[in-house]
Amino acid sequence: MNRRDALTRVGLILGGTIVGAELFLSGCTNPPATVLGGAGTNFTNDDIAFLDEVAETILPATDSPGAKEAKVGTFMTVIVRDCYTEADQKIFLQGMQKLNDACKQKNGKVYLDSTPDQRHDLLVALDKEQKDYMAAKKKEDPSHYFRMMKELTLWGYFTSEPGATKALRYVAIPGKYQGCIDYKKGEKAWATS
Amino acid sequence: METYDAIVIGSGISGGWAAKELTEKGLRTIMLERGRNYEHIKDYKTANKNPWDFEHRGKVTQQELKDHPYIGRTWGATEAVIDSWAKDVDCPYTEVKPFNWWRSYQLGGRSILWGRQSYRWSDLDFEANARDGWAIDWPIRYKDLEPWYDHVERFAGVNGSKEGLAQLPDGHFLPPMEMNWVEKDVAARIKERYKGQRHMIIGRSANLTAPIPGRTQCQFRNRCWEGCPFGGYFSTQSSTLPAAVATGKLTVRPYSIVTRILYDKDKKKATGVEVVDAETNLTYTFYAKVIFVNASALNSAWVLMNSATDIWPGGLGSSSGELGHNIMDHHYNVGASGVMEGYEDKYYYGRRANGIYIVRFANFFGDKRDYLRGFGYQGGASREGWQRNVAEMSIGAGLKETLTEPGQWTVGITGFGELLPYHENKITLDKDTKDKWGLPVLSMDAELKDNEKKMRKDMQEEAKAMLEAAGVTQLRSWDNGHHVGDGIHEMGSARMGNDPKTSVLNAHNQVWDATNVFVTDGACMTSSACQNPSLTYMALTARAADFAVTELKKGNI
Repeated sequence: MNRRDALTRVGLILGGTIVGAELFLSGCTNPPATVLGGAGTNFTNDDIAFLDEVAETILPATDSPGAKEAKVGTFMTVIVRDCYTEADQKIFLQGMQKLNDACKQKNGKVYLDSTPDQRHDLLVALDKEQKDYMAAKKKEDPSHYFRMMKELTLWGYFTSEPGATKALRYVAIPGKYQGCIDYKKGEKAWATS
Repeated sequence: METYDAIVIGSGISGGWAAKELTEKGLRTIMLERGRNYEHIKDYKTANKNPWDFEHRGKVTQQELKDHPYIGRTWGATEAVIDSWAKDVDCPYTEVKPFNWWRSYQLGGRSILWGRQSYRWSDLDFEANARDGWAIDWPIRYKDLEPWYDHVERFAGVNGSKEGLAQLPDGHFLPPMEMNWVEKDVAARIKERYKGQRHMIIGRSANLTAPIPGRTQCQFRNRCWEGCPFGGYFSTQSSTLPAAVATGKLTVRPYSIVTRILYDKDKKKATGVEVVDAETNLTYTFYAKVIFVNASALNSAWVLMNSATDIWPGGLGSSSGELGHNIMDHHYNVGASGVMEGYEDKYYYGRRANGIYIVRFANFFGDKRDYLRGFGYQGGASREGWQRNVAEMSIGAGLKETLTEPGQWTVGITGFGELLPYHENKITLDKDTKDKWGLPVLSMDAELKDNEKKMRKDMQEEAKAMLEAAGVTQLRSWDNGHHVGDGIHEMGSARMGNDPKTSVLNAHNQVWDATNVFVTDGACMTSSACQNPSLTYMALTARAADFAVTELKKGNI
């Protein structure tokens, strides 16, 4: 019994079609295409490189380091692996591929082959999509995958060493509390509260 | 056979105080803790980590949630402290009604994790039951406890401002923490709008704003519950335990689950306790002349329920029919918040492990509401950080630059309301359900009733009205509901009283049916007031310990 038989049998036992089986089966005969998130929560280096670049477009290097330098891609994989529910993991993993597919459709090439401007425009569009979705969804409905990626990026970046100490101000041991000091526009916010 | 002068069951806030007072008065004492040892500073494993040193940046994992099904429902489940909470799956409980029980089974108990808010009660509280004709009267008044409040505040270290308020007596305070710009102005506007009848003050907390012998002052890191490497706030480890150890008379035994108090029916006294070792499951017995029960309110009742059952099927202290009844808490999850404009050029420095307190104003000094008792509020003002939702921002450099600067000022307050003692709000033994050690578990059956529901409506409306009066805009108010236990101030399961027919303990926290057994944690409370209760537990414990030693010397117990 080969893989195709096995899948067909499972399909028969369940009395229906396996969602995604065609994609899966085609992978057996055609040269394997890299499917982002295809290794499940055993994220590959390609996955991490991809997520780093998504994060970098959300929070790019300016006069402070960007999300890639803060290793936000790796952070995302750790949180998704350990802290996400199975249902949310699935949305995130499929979301990686969806993002890449949306990029192909929009720019004619995958995300990593796109220019910084193309990446930026794509994520602006996806951010609008997630905002519209989140505003319309019922409370029990799951989050949008890009909402997850954006939240993880902000969280991972501003709690990272470069984020907390260079984009924000971090004081490990303040030693005192002053409730009334002046603030001048442009001064950084405190990293922790 | 191991014999001591005194046994203290539990090592949290009240157990630590019992150990300190009893050893300092010369009693050889063993303190039994059901969980692991947790050494001062050495075991505060996360306390010096930077945010980026936490693998999950503060979040708990799915596995940790599975291990902690109860605490996992609450805001207490964070990466830094999840291991300080009891592993819920090992020690389940039954919920006849939903109940969130915050337990810490390690040395120091919740003295490590507590919120440190420290307020005295007044006679408004001690006379409340008698005045309203509700439940039973407290057997003590403020004057009985006042010298003991003095005593514990001086040693523990409580900061605060002197306000001269009858409903919230001043104490022996270390210098108060500072309010920030917005809090100062909100306080002034509330004072003006309510003609000096309402008071927003800086919180009174058990953090050191000046050093005291052996302890460094608070460093304003606001990470107290991870354990403070500076000893900057009161915990068993930073405060009472070193004092007790210094006497040379203290023995501490971790992994010691007290399964019952041994009782001599001829002498009508307890003789000792039986312990199951949580690691080996072996049984040990310890004997003593005096036993202090400080296992936390619900577990203290559990120990009593499992003791002397050959004489009283409901356990030691059950002859009144009140053991396990009258469960109280402070109900919260109700409040208001909003935005304060016009302070964009103001900020603050440091992380203050304290907030503001709005003192009770309902139902006294001529004020009358459609419910009994009252509530206070806790909260504060701050500028938003990177977590804020910037609706108009998308992605990219603009978003990043915006979030590197502080956001708008927000102000929020949440109410803490008194919960009346109801006989039918109770805990019982569920003998059909067993924990990891084969011991019967508690069954929780307590809820808010009409008085609390009416109060919550008022808490929500008054919160909104006061913030509005103070100039706060974009107001939002909420009542997210409250399950008993959410307030982490569970109490009342073995109440004090004047009559053995209606109470478990007398005016000195002695079990009526075994006068050498003292219960001085939250179990002893006859009503709940609305102030955070720990300071009162400390004072009651020190008072009872003094009484116990005096009685022991007289040969009365």
